[in-house]
Amino acid sequence: MNPFDYRRAEDAAGAAAMVADNPAAAFLGGGTNLVDHMKLGVAAPEVLVDITHLPMDEVEALPEGGVRIGANVRNSDLAAHPLIRRRYPVLSQALLSGASGQLRNLATTAGNLLQRTRCVYFQDTSTPCNKREPGTGCSALEGYQRYHAILGASPDCVAVHPSDMAVALTALDAQVVVQDAATERRVPIARLHRLPGEAPEHDTVLNHGDLITAVELPDMPMAVHARYRKVRDRASFAFALVSVAAAMSLGADGSVSDVRIALGGVAHKPWRALRAEEALRDGPATEERFAAAARAELAEARPLPGNTFKVALARSAITATLRQVHAEARGGDGHGGPGGHGEEQR
Amino acid sequence: MHADITLTVDGRRHQLRVDTRTTLLDALREDLGVTAPKKGCDHGQCGSCTVLLNGRRVVTCLVLAVAGDGAEVVTAAGLAEGGDLHPMQEAFMDHDAFQCGYCTPGQICSAVGMLDEAAAGWPSAATPPRASAEGAVAELDDTEIRERMSGNLCRCGAYAGIVSAIGDAARRTHAAAASGIPRPAREGGRR
Repeated sequence: MNPFDYRRAEDAAGAAAMVADNPAAAFLGGGTNLVDHMKLGVAAPEVLVDITHLPMDEVEALPEGGVRIGANVRNSDLAAHPLIRRRYPVLSQALLSGASGQLRNLATTAGNLLQRTRCVYFQDTSTPCNKREPGTGCSALEGYQRYHAILGASPDCVAVHPSDMAVALTALDAQVVVQDAATERRVPIARLHRLPGEAPEHDTVLNHGDLITAVELPDMPMAVHARYRKVRDRASFAFALVSVAAAMSLGADGSVSDVRIALGGVAHKPWRALRAEEALRDGPATEERFAAAARAELAEARPLPGNTFKVALARSAITATLRQVHAEARGGDGHGGPGGHGEEQR
Repeated sequence: MHADITLTVDGRRHQLRVDTRTTLLDALREDLGVTAPKKGCDHGQCGSCTVLLNGRRVVTCLVLAVAGDGAEVVTAAGLAEGGDLHPMQEAFMDHDAFQCGYCTPGQICSAVGMLDEAAAGWPSAATPPRASAEGAVAELDDTEIRERMSGNLCRCGAYAGIVSAIGDAARRTHAAAASGIPRPAREGGRR
């Protein structure tokens, strides 16, 4: 590991300025990904700005009905928080399906969003990787592809984003609050991460020195019925092959009045399944239409020789999750009108 | 580059100067000679370096010592009160929950931290979302224990004994709490 200077920030804007001023500086949150990368030689910051002491560690209800999650809230605290468990159970489920108890006790909300791909070549400095060293090539194109993308990849990079939490946040239409040295702005979660294109070294649209200070969840009554499904090679403590976060609300006649679907393990970013949503909205909630929506989303899939199975797997996972959230939306209060159940449980 | 830090480990306060690159695990083992936490994978994947940091179970291989300045650490060696083993340690012996023993201090610290999490009502991936939403406290059956302990690997494969030991310790702790017998005190409460 290269030597580095360790500093603590006084406030968020100060932390942003400290990192923005030095191209070789980085924020330190829980450290579960960054410290590992420093050991591996994947990252070699000269300055670490520890932000874990900044007061960004609260989960609070917003006056307009949403919830604000501080950037430093640990994954375990967020998953266990009563507001999240009651109103956004898909987020609690996604968090609990990721990492281990020990890691969730360290990892922060912002750090989870900004964790980097677990592509084996990205993490192995002896192999070419366009994300780690732009212009060197992509080893996965002719290598191990089981955990790689089937949607939105480019000839330069086929890595996937590893977060479970971010998939749930994408289905929940979360907003990411970003502070730079001067101002604060909000980035919709669906626009935070980017597709690789010709610049896979950039995971997100953030600039160097931009600090995530919070994540805001909108009021979303149907989120009470949202669920997360994760398919993986081990029963626990493994990254997703495919994962699905979905929410559904039903009209008085039982048809789909609204739906949110996001996928993990399939792309360089958490994948909002807009085609599937479009195919489902304002029509009957039937098994055939769930399957058709899944097919519509995967129509553009371009799997690699080593992960062709993920197309059918993703279709099955979407269909099964829709079936599950449909049952949840119908159950509970017995008729599942939009928002009805959510109002009760707030 | 170096930094002066303070750590309280198993009730003893230490002041030390560390290279900023030093992990908490290396500070404990190499600088302070506290060898209960073991270095297994050194990448957060095996759990053998687990301790209770300010009352919570964490892997120490991914925590920088300088970032842990002022922390209270309890290792498996610090769980025993006086001459008495911690109930979790006794349960591991009673249930043959180890062979080579290398992962055991991490398993035991993780299990103790996990029981505290369960007692606080934290759900796991094995807890049905409906029960979790209603705030139901999970009963620690074998499925819950396996899920909650998935961050601790045992290459000897002593998992059957580990699961039954933790289940037994959970019942003993629960019974002790119900009968008013105080649980063994530890340094550092949950923040």
